[in-house]
Amino acid sequence: MVQALERSTPERSTPERTAPGWTAGDAESERAPQRSLVESIHDTLRDEMRADERIVVLGEDVGRRGGVFRVTAGLFEEFGEARVLDTPLAESGIIGTAIGMALNGLRPVAEIQFLDFIHPAMDQLMNEAARIRYRSNNDFSCPLVVRVPFGGGVHGALYHSQSIEAVFVHTPGLKVVAPATPADAKGLLRAAIRDEDPVLFLEHKKLYRSIKGPVPEGPHDVPLGLARVVQEGTDATVVAYGAMTHEATKAAATVAAETGASIEVVDLRSLKPLDEETVVASARKTGKVLVVAEANRPCSVASEVAALIAEEAFAYLDAPVMRVAAPDVPATPYSPPLEHAFMIDAEKIAAALRRLVAY
Amino acid sequence: MASSVSGTRLDNATALGWYRQIVMIRLFEEAAQRAFRQGKIGGYLHVYSGQEAVATGFLDAFRDGDKMLTAYRDHAHALILSDDPNAVMAELFGRGTGLVKGKGGSMHLFDAAHGMLGGYGIVGGHIPLGVGIAYALRYQQTDGIVHVYLGDGAIHNAAFHEAANLAGLWGREGLNPTLFILENNQYGMGTSVERATAMTDLGAKFDSYGIEHEKVDGMDLEAVLECAHRVTQRVRETGKPYAVEAMTYRLVPHGAGDFLERYRSKDEVRQWRERDPIGLVERKLLEAGVVDEQRLGEIRDEAKRIVDEAVRFADESPEPPLSELHTDVYADTAG
Repeated sequence: MVQALERSTPERSTPERTAPGWTAGDAESERAPQRSLVESIHDTLRDEMRADERIVVLGEDVGRRGGVFRVTAGLFEEFGEARVLDTPLAESGIIGTAIGMALNGLRPVAEIQFLDFIHPAMDQLMNEAARIRYRSNNDFSCPLVVRVPFGGGVHGALYHSQSIEAVFVHTPGLKVVAPATPADAKGLLRAAIRDEDPVLFLEHKKLYRSIKGPVPEGPHDVPLGLARVVQEGTDATVVAYGAMTHEATKAAATVAAETGASIEVVDLRSLKPLDEETVVASARKTGKVLVVAEANRPCSVASEVAALIAEEAFAYLDAPVMRVAAPDVPATPYSPPLEHAFMIDAEKIAAALRRLVAY
Repeated sequence: MASSVSGTRLDNATALGWYRQIVMIRLFEEAAQRAFRQGKIGGYLHVYSGQEAVATGFLDAFRDGDKMLTAYRDHAHALILSDDPNAVMAELFGRGTGLVKGKGGSMHLFDAAHGMLGGYGIVGGHIPLGVGIAYALRYQQTDGIVHVYLGDGAIHNAAFHEAANLAGLWGREGLNPTLFILENNQYGMGTSVERATAMTDLGAKFDSYGIEHEKVDGMDLEAVLECAHRVTQRVRETGKPYAVEAMTYRLVPHGAGDFLERYRSKDEVRQWRERDPIGLVERKLLEAGVVDEQRLGEIRDEAKRIVDEAVRFADESPEPPLSELHTDVYADTAG
């Protein structure tokens, strides 16, 4: 599946959009070693720590245990307890002290075990990390990365399934990325660590071990704020991110086979800053757009993308912009049939896409 | 910075520097209150009158390379560290010449160049930041320490407890030179300590996290100075956190909307006024024969001139350009 996803489109002409990583072609990718998402993040973090002593990792069980999902396995042994800090269960303390470290010259990479657990740290992220540059006259920046598993579909129910990324997208001063492939995980993590502003790095927990893909060796950077055109098309566009990128790609294949329509799939990768240029260009080209988010629908990233298209591509549209997103209910239910009904998958996306193509 | 007087006693002529400072802070706050009533300062205004000895004393022990964070009652801390009353007042006025170009205002002063990493309007929110900065200072093998000021209201906040626990934990390895200065002015806004917790010995809350602590009379500058120099040296040398509960009192309302003060009696305020930190300093200086009333008056006049100039500067300063709205959001929008 990921093999197909890696067919990124290289035709980018403006200089800033031919940044390293963007133009990595198929041939190069296919020669690259295959890695799972979790392996890619682990290896990248380890390599970054080897190269930069300012990087410290902190979070619950990131040290001796190697992380709840084993993303940080082996780092404690290699780098020691001054650089890999097992913290108590105190999310506000983790993020708050990480902000302090960032303010004083370190490059902390904090882990929150599940995005559902980040709520106690909201004050620190939204009130302190996001605002420190603005309020300090640019004297201080907060080069902090917060790595967080998110997303559902793993029977995690109430507190191990959430996708609340829109809250952070709504917070000026933060950046938010959600890689869908192991290669993008590497490129975006490197960019996030090097960024001078706080970045929320969202790792879809269902993708950790369910996908493998080629990961370029050596320096491979994916600039924050650039979407990836997964496949080009001319009749309709599906915009997605995270695990939904894969579901959208499957749905596009299904509907294309049924109808003969040429469907473009755009993986946002970076939710903030949003690659408005790529999204708008695709909308203008195909005239029909479906936006997919795993999160609850109201005020979601899908809503923002839909609004953007309405403002910037209205005259090019041949159909109303459609959204497929989770229902407006307080939790991903535990019961498998209920969870299935809650989650967005290729089937639901395909159903919407058929209506859009036929509009 | 306050003064470079050696020693901490109020029995010599160099101690007059502290007197000028403490008086200037009081006059600055009174000028700010007047400007607020005149509509020149908007929003919210929380002044420090009554608590001057705490910041004056502790920041006397502040060194280059140290860092300081406090809550929203932050004018004094900024005045002492920045030594720039004009820029502080201009910030209160929201002018482009303010410490933060008018983006912050009263509760959100910031002066990175002088180690002031902010006044914070979310009670308790700054405490974890201070603990993280302290970790970084030791990780970088410097001998800097972090002053984290907090009020009696903040100690019940979860952020305090999470951060204090980490400070104690990391301090065990000498990796957390945080000096917690708990300014207990007896009221979290209008709620007294007794009405906020069943365990009113606030300093003892640090016991839970393995952080040693003591109390100091926060109205007595001489006592604060002695304590401050001793404990900052201790924190610097050990890399372990330490806490001081400074018993103090806000002699003025919490904020501009608090003129009725229904939560405390006039008698109580009157009793604390007898221990006004400025009056205590004056008495000690006079008793020690360091100065006479006339010299004290001259110093007060000097302080008044500084404050008058700050008000004039703020009043005549331009508003920030509207382009400032969009600067300093991200690194690539730095202004």
